Amino acid sequence: MNKKNNHNLSLKLIFLVALLLGSCIITEPSFAQNFSSSELINNAKQMDGQRVIYKGEVIGEVMIRGDFAWINLNDGVNAVGIWVNRGLIKDVFYAGSYKFRGDILEIEGIFHRSCPEHGGDFDIHADIVRKVESGKNLTEVLDVKKRNFIFVLLGVLCLVLILNLLKVK
Amino acid sequence: MQDFKLIGFYLGKIIIGLAFTMIIPIIIGIIAKEINPTLDFLITLLISLLIGICLTKLSKTDQDLNWMQGMIVVSLSWLVACVLGAIPLSLSGHFKSFLDACFEALSALTTTGLVLVQDLDHMSYSHNLWRHILNFIGGQGMIIIALSFFIKGTSGALKMYVGEGREEKILPNVINTSRFIWIISLVYLCLGTLALAIAGIVEGIRPLSSFFHGACIFMAGFDTGGFAPNSQNVLYYHSLIYEVVIIIIMIIGAFNFNFHFQIWLGNRKEIWKNIESRIFFISVVLIFLFVAAGLSKLGIYQGILPFFRKGFFHLISGHTTTGYMTVYAKQFILEWGNLALLGLICAMGFGASSCSTAGGIKMLRVGIIAKALAQDIKRIMLPEKAIVIQKFHHIKEVFLDDKIARSALMIAIAYLVLYSLGTIVALWCGYPFLDSLFESVSSAANVGLSCGITDAGMPNILKITYMFQMWAGRLEFMSIFALIGFAIAAVKGR
Repeated sequence: MNKKNNHNLSLKLIFLVALLLGSCIITEPSFAQNFSSSELINNAKQMDGQRVIYKGEVIGEVMIRGDFAWINLNDGVNAVGIWVNRGLIKDVFYAGSYKFRGDILEIEGIFHRSCPEHGGDFDIHADIVRKVESGKNLTEVLDVKKRNFIFVLLGVLCLVLILNLLKVK
Repeated sequence: MQDFKLIGFYLGKIIIGLAFTMIIPIIIGIIAKEINPTLDFLITLLISLLIGICLTKLSKTDQDLNWMQGMIVVSLSWLVACVLGAIPLSLSGHFKSFLDACFEALSALTTTGLVLVQDLDHMSYSHNLWRHILNFIGGQGMIIIALSFFIKGTSGALKMYVGEGREEKILPNVINTSRFIWIISLVYLCLGTLALAIAGIVEGIRPLSSFFHGACIFMAGFDTGGFAPNSQNVLYYHSLIYEVVIIIIMIIGAFNFNFHFQIWLGNRKEIWKNIESRIFFISVVLIFLFVAAGLSKLGIYQGILPFFRKGFFHLISGHTTTGYMTVYAKQFILEWGNLALLGLICAMGFGASSCSTAGGIKMLRVGIIAKALAQDIKRIMLPEKAIVIQKFHHIKEVFLDDKIARSALMIAIAYLVLYSLGTIVALWCGYPFLDSLFESVSSAANVGLSCGITDAGMPNILKITYMFQMWAGRLEFMSIFALIGFAIAAVKGR
């Protein structure tokens, strides 16, 4: 009885291992690693054609080109151009500017130091896009010190002009 | 004392002129509802008006400028404009120090294009536009603005005009010449902005934003400045059409205003006959061979299109002294290789046309030196009694005499000394030779291409050196020599 149970257990283990191995082969495990823009620029030759993960803020605006689009992601040091299917960036609402903080995206794709498809551009062709953080409006608060300084300057300017008028008279 | 009075009076007028240019970013700030940036420009406008009015009132005079005074007014006005132009930039909070803001303002005014700005992608429209307006003002020449709008017909006008590194008069009167330069530039501004805006819309940029980008890129491109509204410079657009339009704008901006005038008059033969256009064409072809050989050896760019968009684009950008980039600064050193970089350094050093917005030694001087060299070689080869005459065509036929050749050679040597100065200081700061040479030539020739040295973290001594190079290179030395002479004389009490 025990022998039969042991046999069943080992069959189950073999099946589990086979299942695990099979799923690994079918899903093609991603070996992509996170890289910053500086790492990509400094090691462009070695990294060329590799699958990378890159994270940054969408800046400027999304430039739609047919079924695809260009977005520029700034990781705080440099911005890198990302060529992506426009369907993957439907969730992008905010692009960084003076009034907005752009959405933070994490993309995964193939890095090119001089993309043959895009005239030698330094870019990443992304096929996976994850929105890590949503952007927001950046509310501007009036700088009272600056406003007050303007009043002082206006006062001095008026004084100078009045003195000049008196001198002329 | 009379010297100080005269200099103060004209300097005051130029400062008032500069103050009025700040109305444009104020209007943009109001339209874009940018509160604090608008206040920054109001503060600077009022400070400039105060200084300008005080100077003109305290040193009011009817006397005319002499050569020395004219040159000093020019050199000082560029420094004062740098400080005043830096105030709103510094108040924006996008610079680590006031020195950095001054560096940016002087880089814009001298149409260099090296930047120290932080987080440019989040800069307000008004501050960003101001950077480009400074490019435009500097390219056209502050004196040109003052002569066009604020200074009435005086012979002192000519002295200031020449002091700003322009020797040629297009029309008999320098004030009319200045106005003509403005008319040309404004017509091109409208056409260029429209062309870039259309290209931008085609490439997926929103119409309003596309016009903003178009205006900024045109101002910085036509005036060979090289600033752009985003941190990636021209790489931001990822667009062949945009790059082609920019190449055309850079070339148009790099040509002599006198040359433009001839073309406007219908004298198309000038395109093929003028020594500057000929030398520019020859130089572009020869240097492109260098750049192409260097790049193809390393195999970084495969195919004709990448070669054009990277190799040719940067060659034109460097040669016209614009400084627009579609690669990252460090890529030049890490991926371009020595041969291609050397080609680029030569292109930057030669520069473009005289009496244009470009910097560098200038094509006219390169042509004159080449012709003088050919003349001397002919003299050696021909019998002693033979008379060797050398001519060149620049708007009209000119006989090449020793005086012209010596003058061209003198300025060329002064530029080479200036290129060496920045290289030595950068080497002293610990940067490698090729990087140091590249960045030094770029700043002294008012180009703006960077291999990565120019950064907010670089030593202050290097920032000041580059600022001096930009200033001296833009004014072509004479005004600087006059200012130094005046300062020495003032110290000695003469």
